[in-house]
Amino acid sequence: MSRILATLLFCLFYSVSSPVVAAIETYQFASPELAERFTDLTLELRCPKCQNQNLADSDSIIAKDLRRQVKIMVDDGQSDEQIRAFMVQRYGDFILYNPPFKAQTLVLWLAPLVLLIIGALVLVFIRRGKGTAAATLDDQERAELDSLIKQQQDQNK
Amino acid sequence: MSEQKNRWLRLLLLLPMLMAFGLGVFLYAGLGKDPTKLESSLVGQKLTDFTGESLADPTRILGRDDILGTPSLINVWATWCPTCKAEHAFLNALVAQEGVRIIGVNYHDQREPAKQWLAELGDPYAFSIYDPQGRLGIELGVVGAPETYLVDANGFIIDKLTGELNERTWADMKPQYESLMAQQAQ
Repeated sequence: MSRILATLLFCLFYSVSSPVVAAIETYQFASPELAERFTDLTLELRCPKCQNQNLADSDSIIAKDLRRQVKIMVDDGQSDEQIRAFMVQRYGDFILYNPPFKAQTLVLWLAPLVLLIIGALVLVFIRRGKGTAAATLDDQERAELDSLIKQQQDQNK
Repeated sequence: MSEQKNRWLRLLLLLPMLMAFGLGVFLYAGLGKDPTKLESSLVGQKLTDFTGESLADPTRILGRDDILGTPSLINVWATWCPTCKAEHAFLNALVAQEGVRIIGVNYHDQREPAKQWLAELGDPYAFSIYDPQGRLGIELGVVGAPETYLVDANGFIIDKLTGELNERTWADMKPQYESLMAQQAQ
């Protein structure tokens, strides 16, 4: 009885989820290497329409078209570089999740480094501040301190 | 000596506040921006040498040469696209009143409904290229319909608009179109 119920539940679940799975088309490749390159490229390239998804995840028309284009180019023996260049030529650097280092992307690349340096500087300042505070007793202060300590010691005797 | 040092340390305390302020300005500047407005890297480049069927006549093969000769708009449209319907009357008026040459790219659509749409709403296009699989779309860098490209007489892309062409957006594109037409007249 419970097995029948489980089967029914499975069927119900599967019928709900299968259209979603079917929305991403399946491609046949001549070799596993080509399939792997296709997968890597579609994960790495960004969908221009639905901007927070990559080509592999997106179900939009343009993502589907671009997956087909990647498939054609991979089968055609084009290198990853050629395929990326083809996409950038049409859709700009935006399509790369890994943008190149150039004038427009300077802030993007350097900001973390700059923040890290600022953080390190702050740390150094704080540390040095502590160290020097202890060491800035001049001779007179030192003599005063010594006499205070001595006084205390004498009292304790 | 230590007095001066203290003053420096106190100034240093202002630094996080200044940085927070700077970050605030940076983020505020980004607030009004439309993330769907992407720079088109095809602006300034020449149209690729594509071929495609005419929407009206499957036996007629169109290509880049059919577009060249006079400054034109290339309008990407489809019957499934509500914004295309919204801008259609404006396209009709642009052709009727200003004599602009508009070439249609019928994008991811079906031939019969598309032809019927033009029969019902009027056909502003000199011709429409049938692109049911978006192949020409990829050549143009189309992201979705509607999109409108301004190309010069030699087939170079001068400007690109994502979204509805209306009086406001045409006002941005019109000066460029008119200067192209002025060059053409010389």
